[in-house]
Amino acid sequence: MDLSNFLKIQQEAGLIAVFLILIIYDIFGSERSKQWFRLTACILFGLHTVAGFFFSSVGEAFGGMYVSSGMTVMMKNILNVGTCFVLMQSGQWLKSEPALRQREGEFYTLTLITLLGMYMMISAANFMMLYISIETAALPVACLAAYNKYKENSAEAGAKFILISALSSGVMMFGLSYLYGAMGTLYFSDMSALVSSNPMTLFGFVFFFAGLAFKISLVPFHLWTADVYEGAPTGVTAYLSVVSKGAACFVLMFTLYHVFGNIETVWYQMLWGLSVVTIIIGNLFAIRQKDIKRFFAFSSISQAGYIMLGIMGGTDQGVTATVYYVLVYLFSNLAAFGVITSVENQSGRTDIAAYNGLYKSNPKLAFIMMLAVFSLAGIPPFAGFVSKFFIFAAAAAKGDYLLVFIALANTVVSLYYYLLIVRAMFINQADEQPVGTIRTDNYNKISLALCTAAILLVGIASNIYGYINEL
Amino acid sequence: MNILSLFVAVPVLMLLSLFICRSMKQIRAVMVSGASVLMVLAAVLAAMFVSERAASDSEMLFTDSIVWYESMNIHYAVGVDGISVLMIALSAIIVFTGVFSSWNMPREYFMWYCLLSVGVFGFFISLDLFSMFLFYEVALIPMYLLIGVWGTGRKEYSAMKLTLMLMAGSAFLLTAILGIYFTSGHASMNIIELAGRTIPMAHQYWIFPMAFLGFGVLGALFPFHTWSPDGHASAPTAVSMLHAGVLMKLGGYGCFRVAIYLMPEAAHDLSWIFLILTGISVVYGAFGAVVQTDLKYINAYSSVSHCGLVLFAILMLNRTAMTGAILQMLSHGLMTALFFALIGLIYGRTHTRDIREMGGLMKIMPFASVCYVIAGLASLGLPGLSGFVAEMTVFIGSFEHADLFHRVLTIAATCSIVITAVYILRTVGKILYGPVVNEHHLSLPDASWYEKISVVVLIAGIVFIGVLPSTVSEIVSNSLAPIIKYLSLL
Repeated sequence: MDLSNFLKIQQEAGLIAVFLILIIYDIFGSERSKQWFRLTACILFGLHTVAGFFFSSVGEAFGGMYVSSGMTVMMKNILNVGTCFVLMQSGQWLKSEPALRQREGEFYTLTLITLLGMYMMISAANFMMLYISIETAALPVACLAAYNKYKENSAEAGAKFILISALSSGVMMFGLSYLYGAMGTLYFSDMSALVSSNPMTLFGFVFFFAGLAFKISLVPFHLWTADVYEGAPTGVTAYLSVVSKGAACFVLMFTLYHVFGNIETVWYQMLWGLSVVTIIIGNLFAIRQKDIKRFFAFSSISQAGYIMLGIMGGTDQGVTATVYYVLVYLFSNLAAFGVITSVENQSGRTDIAAYNGLYKSNPKLAFIMMLAVFSLAGIPPFAGFVSKFFIFAAAAAKGDYLLVFIALANTVVSLYYYLLIVRAMFINQADEQPVGTIRTDNYNKISLALCTAAILLVGIASNIYGYINEL
Repeated sequence: MNILSLFVAVPVLMLLSLFICRSMKQIRAVMVSGASVLMVLAAVLAAMFVSERAASDSEMLFTDSIVWYESMNIHYAVGVDGISVLMIALSAIIVFTGVFSSWNMPREYFMWYCLLSVGVFGFFISLDLFSMFLFYEVALIPMYLLIGVWGTGRKEYSAMKLTLMLMAGSAFLLTAILGIYFTSGHASMNIIELAGRTIPMAHQYWIFPMAFLGFGVLGALFPFHTWSPDGHASAPTAVSMLHAGVLMKLGGYGCFRVAIYLMPEAAHDLSWIFLILTGISVVYGAFGAVVQTDLKYINAYSSVSHCGLVLFAILMLNRTAMTGAILQMLSHGLMTALFFALIGLIYGRTHTRDIREMGGLMKIMPFASVCYVIAGLASLGLPGLSGFVAEMTVFIGSFEHADLFHRVLTIAATCSIVITAVYILRTVGKILYGPVVNEHHLSLPDASWYEKISVVVLIAGIVFIGVLPSTVSEIVSNSLAPIIKYLSLL
């Protein structure tokens, strides 16, 4: 084997290095030295994130199993940024209980190993490779969801997640076996020419698609989402809703374009129906939620529907719009989750009623939350507006104005429930047990500040979009 | 920096400097100086425009364009014609007076107020559909908190209703904008470049109604006007002023600048549908005002009627009526802001807006009452005040159409003048004259100095348009030349 292959996987190598350093530190470090664990983890991973933007290699490796391009590097960088914020936001919670503090290192290492799986998902150019990396990305997340194992709903979330991911992997594997049977190869490049709309290929494709749809939580494969999001620790929920979902969307986009390009009419119609249903169901269920984590579960379901619009665009502009949307969604959602984490650490509450009168007690957090939900709702001048605009433009470029209109009409519904949060914070009076003044630690403060800056500036600074567009 | 960009930059600076303000004094200093700068800028712009207009024959003046999103050819493009200059002047006046009418409000209130101003000015200077839409929504969203937090009555309900209905309008609008962008074959968002009538007719037939409806919601087009009475009634004084005075003009201006300007053929073919709807707005709004007892509701329904007349006149698609529409926008903007300022003034003292609980205010607050009478007379179209000029021009223009359909509608709309007289005179008679209903009202003070500033400036504007209409209507009429040229070819 040609050792120069390893030079192509710089980002993966960097991540593995960080992971190894941390796991050795975790195992051999003394109790006293552990107090620096969090700082080390954040700095190392932060350096890895920054390095991703400057050092990257492009090309094929391992006999065509692995492909790296400017776009995959960008996607991995986006996932890095999201993971970085999640790590920063979770630290305070990890230190809150002795039982959690003891296993602090596990949280970081598990998170990083799922991220490695997502890297490989994005770079995979062979379905076997893709399948293995999806499993790598899924299993540790189940451990993370059940991290707080003495809490009943956390254990429940972990169990649900592992069952669902086993099911979806099974479904996907089933589909892949048909595809292999129909075409005799699992390499993307070979398959793309062989894909046609014969029944066996379509059958395999539908099952493969369903497997991925579970990961993205498209309706009707979304039923696990709210329960897992509610039960899992908040940091893990943030990770699931942003990083996992983003990676799965990227993979779906790559496979649809690079493998199933020949049957675009088929998947276009499938996605049309699914995205409309996803947006509508996600929105309608979000309205009824009383728990903020369930609320964001349904909000993220409907956001996934919007991402599908970009994928359906099918052009270069659609790719840019999708990647850009995920980037902006990441900042907005993580800003919201940063606030949720802070409130939960302070008061232990995750019901929306806890946010009543938040502006009086914590004006800054309330302000950030407001920016985050406005950005999610697509209100200018925040970044969410621009990203939604490009998603709609991508769909409109296909001439599908009906779809654009349905999606736009649904942004009004989504605005309603996002405004309910704003109303709770700014207009409602606090209830009997108000959330006091919240002390946020510096890590979370930095992450919130960065997210806020991004929400305010990413939309106005058009060169970020231009940069993605040129990849 | 282009003078037009200053109109966006100044409110942004005001917003930023509010962050470091601590005391009420500083906040007021920032707001008053900022709003005054805007007034001066508007005056300078108007003067520059008049001299420049004589020298140049391009459609838009002071144009500037900066590439924003290159891949979609989106620019930050600004430029004004006479209509936008007048709208900017109107906005500057109302923002200025609004500051004085919300003298005792806290810092956060003014922050949202500044953001609202950014949106309003940005909308009127924009030539690019993307930035236009962006500023449009920037102007809408602060309303939710301004009404929801600082409003009165059923404020949460009204704020939510207003925001959602207007956002639903913008859903129509964005679809229309994307439709224009992709079907025109120009790959451009610039209104001037798109105005070459390149959108295929098949597409115009769905894009025009969407664009017109999208802006029409904000212009209180029947049956999508229901946000307006609730919203205006619940909003704090200055927000009602700004909303009825300027924001509803965004609707009328948008209908003109986007829907009709870019799709004159579809406007010509489909105007009858919207003429019927706006005709209903005009008459229904007036009748609605007659049965209300809350001062703000009366004025809100009257706004529905008057703004309906704006859209009605625009749809007549001839020079006289469209000139009248723009005059009506200016006139209604000043008039309704004056009304809301006075209602806020009265409500702040009597703590009621129910006309049955007030009476004889003329003796108690003569200054405010006299101004209220002036506003009322302007509203019912007394010659010498702005309302007369505007409505007269509108009706003459509408009657130029010789066919039965337009004539009948015009006559129906003209009836609204009579109904307007009914509700205005009834209100004026009930609350200003007659016996004092409530003994406690006898001790109430008249307008304070800051309220007087706001009221006097607005009255000056109304009188100016009423006495010297030709200055304004000439500017408008010249700016209408390109669109009239398109329409005459049909």
